[in-house]
Amino acid sequence: MPLKGTLSVFSTTQLLNLINLAKKTGVLHIYEGIESGKMLTLGDGQTKIPELVPGEQRAEVIFKEGKLMFASMKDKSGDLTSVLHKSGRLSDEQSRIIRDRGKSHSDKALALMLINANYVTKQQIIQSIQKHTVDIVFDLMTWDKEPFLFDDTAAMPDERITVPINLENVIIEGSRRIHDQKRLEEELPNLDFALKFPDSPGEKFKDIQLSTAEWRVVGFVNPKNSIRQIAKACNMTDTEIRRVVHALLEAGLVELVKPPSAAKVQKKAPAAAGLRPSKDGAPSKAVVNRLIEKIKTI
Amino acid sequence: MPMQTVKMVVTGPFSAGKTQFIQAVSEIDVVSTDRKISDSSPESQEKPDTTVAMDFGRITVGDDLVLYLFGTPGQRRFDFMWEILAEGMLGFVVMVDSAKPETFREAKSILETFRAYAPTPYVVAANKQDHPDAWSPEDLRIALRIEDNVKLLPCVAKDKESVKVVLLELLYSILEEMES
Repeated sequence: MPLKGTLSVFSTTQLLNLINLAKKTGVLHIYEGIESGKMLTLGDGQTKIPELVPGEQRAEVIFKEGKLMFASMKDKSGDLTSVLHKSGRLSDEQSRIIRDRGKSHSDKALALMLINANYVTKQQIIQSIQKHTVDIVFDLMTWDKEPFLFDDTAAMPDERITVPINLENVIIEGSRRIHDQKRLEEELPNLDFALKFPDSPGEKFKDIQLSTAEWRVVGFVNPKNSIRQIAKACNMTDTEIRRVVHALLEAGLVELVKPPSAAKVQKKAPAAAGLRPSKDGAPSKAVVNRLIEKIKTI
Repeated sequence: MPMQTVKMVVTGPFSAGKTQFIQAVSEIDVVSTDRKISDSSPESQEKPDTTVAMDFGRITVGDDLVLYLFGTPGQRRFDFMWEILAEGMLGFVVMVDSAKPETFREAKSILETFRAYAPTPYVVAANKQDHPDAWSPEDLRIALRIEDNVKLLPCVAKDKESVKVVLLELLYSILEEMES
């Protein structure tokens, strides 16, 4: 059964994890996202995101039994000559000559020729392909909106040299690379909060040294200004403002507060009278058994 | 003899199939407070009605025992109702639309919220398994990071037998917990 979705709702890391744990074999296609004009309603029933339909393919990743085998990207050719050239194993001139002479050869045949001619060793070819593949996957892990399709019926390409790579290591390393950005989003998920200076700043403000960006933000610290508004005033992206505010929070120079508009607590609706179950003790096993018997006969 | 009522909650993201699930087994027409979303809303093109307060179904077991099924509001802006509904529940079902990966994150969030409300048994229903784009329960388990000891069951909410299996599995889990 093919898996379809978009990286905005199911990230590359989650996909890799799924493929690894389920030991899947198949080809992951990632496409350029083209807005269909429709809006997609997320699970909260409120949030809308533009629906993206698959356009031109941007990347393709091959897996076998949960292992990463090969990856190619639109602007990163995966043929052996390009891979070896990029890794510095072949010079510009060598790669040009090989391309001219090796057009009709498959990568596997070309690899044998290069090894026999002492251009490269088998180990160097394997390392170069591994690096090429892993670098592409690291790139993919930063993508966050593209449509994808995992096709578990696709045939393995015969013309490429595939090197099995343990996905766990790739996921760990890739995650580490995007960790900082994610951490900021997790620690400061809501930009609608406002900032205030602590009531008892104590020694914190003595000999303080702030960057230009931090000073700009500090100038707007006020419980009436949301972080989002401050970002707009300072012409900062969400990531930039998160980084600055996080640093200020870590240093204890500011505190998060709910802005007046968000601080309004939604009043609880009265419980639907007559619909609430009686609370005369927890149900017994006998009650549960009766429920089971009843449901069986519905 | 005093009437005892027990309650189970059916929760899940917007449009996951909660209302249909309850309708499949309720002996009464589901008391639904669905209201039409205004035609100007994009949601109206996807689901003509959404649950704005709660769905309510009933299964009478005898003169002294009634099971109520409560569906939670599908939209986050009504989540203040969840805690009210969770109070005193015997267990809960988390419905997931298997064909809509864009709702998986919300499903996981709702699941965790309800777990926090009450440490009662629960099952996850991988709904719409008859849809061609449905993710398999095995894939959903990984995607939603559901522990192996939690039942994740294939489901088609419009099929009464399928719904019965989900409810029975939840009741078996409740029974197991009582016996442990």
